[in-house]
Amino acid sequence: MPPIISRGFKGRRRDDAPPDRVPPGQYVTNDFPVLSAGPTPHTPLDQWDFAIVGEVDELHRWTWEELRALPSESVTVDIHCVTKWSKLDTAWEGVSIDTLLDGIETSAEYAVAFCDGGYTTNLPLEDLTGGKAWVSFGYGGEPLEPEHGGPARLLVPHLYFWKSAKWVRGLRLTTADEPGFWEQNGYHLYGDPWREQRYWGD
Amino acid sequence: MDALMLDGNAVAGLLQEVFTVEMTTAIGTCGGCGATDAVGAVHVYRGAGFVLRCPHCDTALMKVVAAEGRVWMDCSGLRTLEVSV
Ligand SMILES: [Zn+2]
Repeated sequence: MPPIISRGFKGRRRDDAPPDRVPPGQYVTNDFPVLSAGPTPHTPLDQWDFAIVGEVDELHRWTWEELRALPSESVTVDIHCVTKWSKLDTAWEGVSIDTLLDGIETSAEYAVAFCDGGYTTNLPLEDLTGGKAWVSFGYGGEPLEPEHGGPARLLVPHLYFWKSAKWVRGLRLTTADEPGFWEQNGYHLYGDPWREQRYWGD
Repeated sequence: MDALMLDGNAVAGLLQEVFTVEMTTAIGTCGGCGATDAVGAVHVYRGAGFVLRCPHCDTALMKVVAAEGRVWMDCSGLRTLEVSV
């Protein structure tokens, strides 16, 4: 029988990887491993929307076409999965959360991203703003594949990748930090890869 | 069937380590739809941790996260777990 408690992704630190780009305990991979907490949803685009709800003056909602009509950005970032793989120079296209929150009044300091399939993850609002987070629908110049979270996923590359929720459908703005799907069961509330905030107590 | 799906055998060793008995033959009752299935027959997904899902309604029966020296188990989707001891 293989080792029971998984030590996570087995790879090697890429020799030419600048050390300031690979957080402690991470290994660089050129693959794009697929991790998923449930079956891949296939929501038709004409039934898809993105909503900002919770501590807001009113419901804010974009259809797929409305979202795609917003100004989008191309970003190249490094991503870090808590299962110990990192992938450098990943190229995404998406709409900045700043663009979505523009003009929205809120007293919230946190958000819970919610998704098709029921997944959730919590983040401080300040980690979603200031050019640090996107609703991403393109990867490597192509539409984001369903197994990687398409039609759209959250992209928050400065935190462990479980925060970059696949199949995202909206943000619920909250006054308290409410633990999400994994944060309720052992994973760190914040998840900074540079401080190795993998689990409770890290 | 989802290409990423595993079955309960994927977590058999981990559950046995925690419960100290063979767990694939334990019977779980889904808190969502009430169906009963052997742990070995439920659907398992591997994200940041393992998620055991009801093969009938996809309710998350258990979330299992294993770190160095600690295991967390959320069984809130499971109404009952019948274990032979
Ligand atoms: Zn069920």
